[in-house]
Amino acid sequence: MSTTILEERKAQIHRTGEGAIDIACNRESLAGAVSQRACVFCGSRVVLYPIADALHLVHGPIGCAVYTWDIRGALSSGPELHRLSFSTDLQETDVIFGGEKKLEAALDELIDRHNPKAAFVYSTCIVGIIGDDLEAVCRKMTEKKGIPVLPVQSEGFKGSKRAGYLAACKAMFRLVGTEDVADVSPVSVNILGDFNLAGEIWIVREYFRKMGVEVVANITGDGRVRDVGRSHGAALNLVQCSGATLDLAKMMQEKYGTPYLRVSYLGIEDMADSLYQVADFFKDKDPGIVGRTEKLVRDELQTLMPELARMRKDLEGKKVAMYVGGSFKAFSLVKAFRHLGMQVVMVGSQTGTKEDYAELEQITDPGTVIIDDANPLELSHFIKEKDVDVFVGGVKERPIAFKLGVGFCDHNHERKEALEGFVGMLNFAREIHSSVMSPVWNFVPRRANRVAEAEKEAANE
Amino acid sequence: MSSATKAERPNYVSTTNACKLCTPLGASLAFRGVEGAIPFLHGSQGCATYMRRYVISHFREPVDIASSALGEKNAIYGGGPNLKKGILNVMKKYEPKLVGIATTCLTETIGDDVPMNIREFRDEFGDLDLPELVEVSTPSYNGTHVDGWHGAVRSMVEQLCTAKAADAHRVNILPNMVSCEDVRHLQDICRDFSIAATILPDISETLDGPALEDYVKIPSGGTPLEDIQAMSGSRGTIEFGRCLPKQTGGTSLEKAFGVKNHRIGLPIGLRESDRFFEALEQISGKDMPRRYELERGRLIDAYVDGHKYVAGKRAVVYGEEDLVVGLTAFLAEIGVDVVLAGTGARKKGLENAIAHVTDGVARMAPDVREGVDFNDIAEEAETLKPDLLIGHSKGYKYAKAWSVPLVRIGFPIHDRFGGQRILHLGYKGALSLYDTIVNTVIERKQSDSPVGYGYI
Repeated sequence: MSTTILEERKAQIHRTGEGAIDIACNRESLAGAVSQRACVFCGSRVVLYPIADALHLVHGPIGCAVYTWDIRGALSSGPELHRLSFSTDLQETDVIFGGEKKLEAALDELIDRHNPKAAFVYSTCIVGIIGDDLEAVCRKMTEKKGIPVLPVQSEGFKGSKRAGYLAACKAMFRLVGTEDVADVSPVSVNILGDFNLAGEIWIVREYFRKMGVEVVANITGDGRVRDVGRSHGAALNLVQCSGATLDLAKMMQEKYGTPYLRVSYLGIEDMADSLYQVADFFKDKDPGIVGRTEKLVRDELQTLMPELARMRKDLEGKKVAMYVGGSFKAFSLVKAFRHLGMQVVMVGSQTGTKEDYAELEQITDPGTVIIDDANPLELSHFIKEKDVDVFVGGVKERPIAFKLGVGFCDHNHERKEALEGFVGMLNFAREIHSSVMSPVWNFVPRRANRVAEAEKEAANE
Repeated sequence: MSSATKAERPNYVSTTNACKLCTPLGASLAFRGVEGAIPFLHGSQGCATYMRRYVISHFREPVDIASSALGEKNAIYGGGPNLKKGILNVMKKYEPKLVGIATTCLTETIGDDVPMNIREFRDEFGDLDLPELVEVSTPSYNGTHVDGWHGAVRSMVEQLCTAKAADAHRVNILPNMVSCEDVRHLQDICRDFSIAATILPDISETLDGPALEDYVKIPSGGTPLEDIQAMSGSRGTIEFGRCLPKQTGGTSLEKAFGVKNHRIGLPIGLRESDRFFEALEQISGKDMPRRYELERGRLIDAYVDGHKYVAGKRAVVYGEEDLVVGLTAFLAEIGVDVVLAGTGARKKGLENAIAHVTDGVARMAPDVREGVDFNDIAEEAETLKPDLLIGHSKGYKYAKAWSVPLVRIGFPIHDRFGGQRILHLGYKGALSLYDTIVNTVIERKQSDSPVGYGYI
């Protein structure tokens, strides 16, 4: 009775060019399907985690806190409070009698110990069930400690990761508007949806510095509570990543009239295009900005392109599959791979929307598999079917590729290589090249047997 | 201060950088060590995904853990229907021989009756070719991953081994949370003692598999179901652990079928390994094969050769309770002073166990702490001034801050390669640990020395 694709999953898979795209998405994961997805709590934790001078307290049994202890490569240029894993470590008696007292006491002691600028308190599955009043405890502790103590309603079972993004944005939005903005430049932006993995936000900030654009708040990579508090003073919000912080941008637009642009810092076109969009936005206020931006892009490309061309010689025609969290990243990667002469044959995402998938269909070649909320068996099925040379994903996807004897590039939140910006494109190309061109694939049974068979056939002829 | 209060965690309400994981993770790992098994977490999707990620980072193997993926409605109306649907989907996709179902804090608290759900499932789908279904209760607010592991092992024994099997020249080994390499070593030892062994669980292949032609749904290897069912006919059970729960797979087999249970410590170091080999001699009726006499002799020889390098070094040891006991036993033998022995678990009798295994050799009794997190360890270590940290990867931040070497042993090892292939057990394991520790000390001495001796 084995089937690779369960009947209930079939609507979540589409092939480019084969009929109109009407992919099912934004569904709850199917029981027993071994989804690669996480939960609401995960969504909130991803977004808020990099705020480095805030205390992040997970209210629940120990698991949720330990599995998210410093797992992401979000770097800070100053405080590193975010890299510690705090939990109320609920025990059976707390579950029976309620965890509010323990939460209060935990906040009391942790805020005294670390003097954070704010505290985020994450709700987990169990807290949703036992009904602790997070809002009330946080209100009380805000008054007592004199810092914002913010509840994050992230009970794991109340939706998908996407719902966690919204919970995170709601928590952050309470901070927005709490600081003075008198000294903010009229040519200024907030960077939303970048988490400073491997220091990526520093690359992007350097571009803006060269363009003459002030960055008010990093939301949330290398983030600071005070910066979020004055982010409403920025003239423009730049939103990267399809889902994570778009809600915050929308809330800010509604309340403070801050416009937003959707950008991506991955790949050559999208990086350049994002910078040009910003230059275009500010050109009336600062006529020199367009020229400065053009020069910046030109200089960067001059060093980048010859290196890329060298690697492209080896990579031309190789096939790529990718499975990413948000589908927005996939758009950029499809284009980035074209620069390397490589063909994307499968794109999947955990949290794509109908619009995202429709756009993916537009930019991918006929026959490309587009898939929502996949699982290991489906991923391995398509890797084999498409005979891919390299797979792009996260830690959970890595052994799937490796077991099949396929190269891999870690492009999720745990990456330790900076892959954004022009220099990031170079790092990306190098990583792809080093994996795809490694001699180890010669020894992997799937490839080795193929070579042996080809040799046998040649001998028979 | 009485020893009882000393072992308890004294003051903090909150936990910072925990030195433990949650119960369903241990259960999932144990289920993974059975042939044709797939672990299944009854809870929301995140639990399975987070644990998969955590386990994959250590073993570098695909780790498929299914989930009933409960949503808000299920949390209100009960998760039974999703559990059943999930099992059916897992059957369709994975064709497992066993589905190991562990609960989570969510399903324990909403009060799902999993045994009843399974009975219903068997009634409703009895016409299908059903896999074995084993359930274990693992609320994450009660105990640690080690409790989840032992609970799953006990559940498997009790739910699968239900009839008295014919007497056979077999031994059951319940190895506790050891590495894949450890299990392979245990297999070799039993083979050399000419006795068939049922090692439950056996993660040696399922979590450290070879490169293959295809992606296999469920990796080969693991304890065969027939062997589990035949455990009642074995000559004896050896279970490793001096901090085990009162009731375990071993005690269940003894109670139900009269299979003598030998509860000994993890065979780490010379004396604890001796106890293991003695138990094997007793059960198999065979004297220790010469190769182990030689291994034992080489271990003592090495102890002598290296004793001055490690003499009086101060070590902080942390991690799973029984691993901490085993390592402390070993370190006491080689003259390393364990100044702090800590575990995140509570009420495990760690202090007594350590006193027992270090009796007669330790130069000092360590500060033994249960229920610690890394914040507690760090506070103590300031005054204890260790030369070495010994435990899993999660102590790295502290080792770095104190500029003290970290010897990575146990689970998880997320910042080094090959954690699943570290050998801890038997004379051979002790020798390998000994080489690592002596060399770590020498390396530090060399790097701290202005001369950098080339001969030591």
